[in-house]
Amino acid sequence: MSSKILIVAEHEGGRLNPSTAKCVSCARAVSGAEITVVVCAADAAAVAAQAAQLQGVSRVLTLENPVNAHALAAVLGPQIAALAAPYNLILGPSTTFGKDLMARISGLLDAPQVSDIMAIENERRFRRPIYAGNAILTVEAAAEGTVVGTVRIASFEAAPGGGSAPIERADVDVPLPTHTRFVSVSAVKSDRPDLQTAKRVISGGRALGSADGFKILYSLADKIGAAVGASRAAVDAGYAPNEMQVGQTGKIIAPELYMAIGISGAIQHLTGIKDARTIVAINKDSEAPIFEVADFGLIGDLFEVIPEIERLLG
Amino acid sequence: MQRILVGIKRVVDYNVRIRVKPDGSGVVTDGVKMSVNPFDEIALEEALRIKERGAAQEVVVATVGPADTQQQLRTALAMGADRALHVQAEGVVEPLMAARVLLKLIEREQPFLVILGKQAIDDDNGQTGQVLAALWNRPQATYASKIELNGNTARVTREVDSGLETLEIDLPAVITTDLRLNVPRYVKLPDIMKAKKKPLDTLSLSALGVEPRQQLKLVRFEPPPQRQKGVKVKDAAELVEALKKKGLL
Repeated sequence: MSSKILIVAEHEGGRLNPSTAKCVSCARAVSGAEITVVVCAADAAAVAAQAAQLQGVSRVLTLENPVNAHALAAVLGPQIAALAAPYNLILGPSTTFGKDLMARISGLLDAPQVSDIMAIENERRFRRPIYAGNAILTVEAAAEGTVVGTVRIASFEAAPGGGSAPIERADVDVPLPTHTRFVSVSAVKSDRPDLQTAKRVISGGRALGSADGFKILYSLADKIGAAVGASRAAVDAGYAPNEMQVGQTGKIIAPELYMAIGISGAIQHLTGIKDARTIVAINKDSEAPIFEVADFGLIGDLFEVIPEIERLLG
Repeated sequence: MQRILVGIKRVVDYNVRIRVKPDGSGVVTDGVKMSVNPFDEIALEEALRIKERGAAQEVVVATVGPADTQQQLRTALAMGADRALHVQAEGVVEPLMAARVLLKLIEREQPFLVILGKQAIDDDNGQTGQVLAALWNRPQATYASKIELNGNTARVTREVDSGLETLEIDLPAVITTDLRLNVPRYVKLPDIMKAKKKPLDTLSLSALGVEPRQQLKLVRFEPPPQRQKGVKVKDAAELVEALKKKGLL
């Protein structure tokens, strides 16, 4: 049986989110899979063209509709469900976009969902973290029927470009609800790299003491081209906005370098950084659990150490 | 009556260090502290605050699971819920199954709002709210950090990857909670005594007309790969040198 996999593209402002290329990598782990990417948008052309370049994609479908201007799960869900019949597996990224939407699709199709797929053994068998990553569970779906999944993007490299899949317009005729309306989004625009795809990430914890205290992290981050993250404690205290939170219920990341500054290292935080290639911890408390997972640990006052590092880098 | 339905799940307490059973059949739960899923506590707190503002008259909590889940319903009653519904089920309750049960309870209770946690901290599925909204054919507002009710609509601020998004939804609807929606109250001893007298009804799946169903087989539980413990460096200079050597700076 050849697998047919549908991937729901995530995009913003006419740009394909790198999470989609990671979903393609996940799908490519199923040998011989035929991979289709669907782009829901008011104007899908630019995003579809980017998706068509991802290696491994055999076809890009566009669902263009003015109501698709904002990614509302209640509006996108029925359209994707209407396309679902030929596919064994329907994947989206395990980002807030994908988590919100894919489970709605699971409900519409009455198809089971596998959340946070970290490895795919075959199109029916998946590995996923549970208990904040403190256990890994292998699950298997029945041989027949559609499975919905969200892909833990920290577990996959982005599929490379260079492909040229055909782009086709899809038309679905389903009633769309008006009971859910987009009002606004307040996103802080930053020139720093995106937290979820950055090669280097510097995160701060409650020890930073204030929003002002985070400035020394921003300064070092800008020097080394890093994104800035935060622990839950720092976000709860109002030192950093919610989109910076790293951990079980925030962002799960896999940078080459992760620097945990003044973060004690609750298990809920550690689950968000386990896939980082190298972890650096700087903390005053020599007993902090973060040192258990750090490749390099420095016991010291972050307000002295961070400016010193920046100075040493010239 | 203006009623809010809140979902409660019994989970291993978030402070417990999880151990996988040596035979890979599950995680150790014998003798382990169990609690209300933290996101469900936030859901209940929000429902109670809405009631205390006069925008709802009754808060009903519900769970699906074996008999001992009643302990968590009693905790919810002690927090301030008016009554509890326990739907008896053994074994794994998948999100689709939990949502089908909740849909039946919605038909009975006719809530104007259903508030659930965004995920349970045991299976980390994060699906039930969205699945329920789909089955109910009603709006969903996930990852809520602020809820404003205005008559027949609600404005919900959501914590999304790019920042904060605001949706307007018609009621009834399903809202799932994120961490910063509120800080749940502590349960006081007199409230625990009072909770023992509050109504807790037990229902069977068959009485609700829901067939038990498990679609995903749990093949194997494993501990995660452990990271090797690293080295301590004495100062910033040594750290910078080490990172440069690895090509990281």
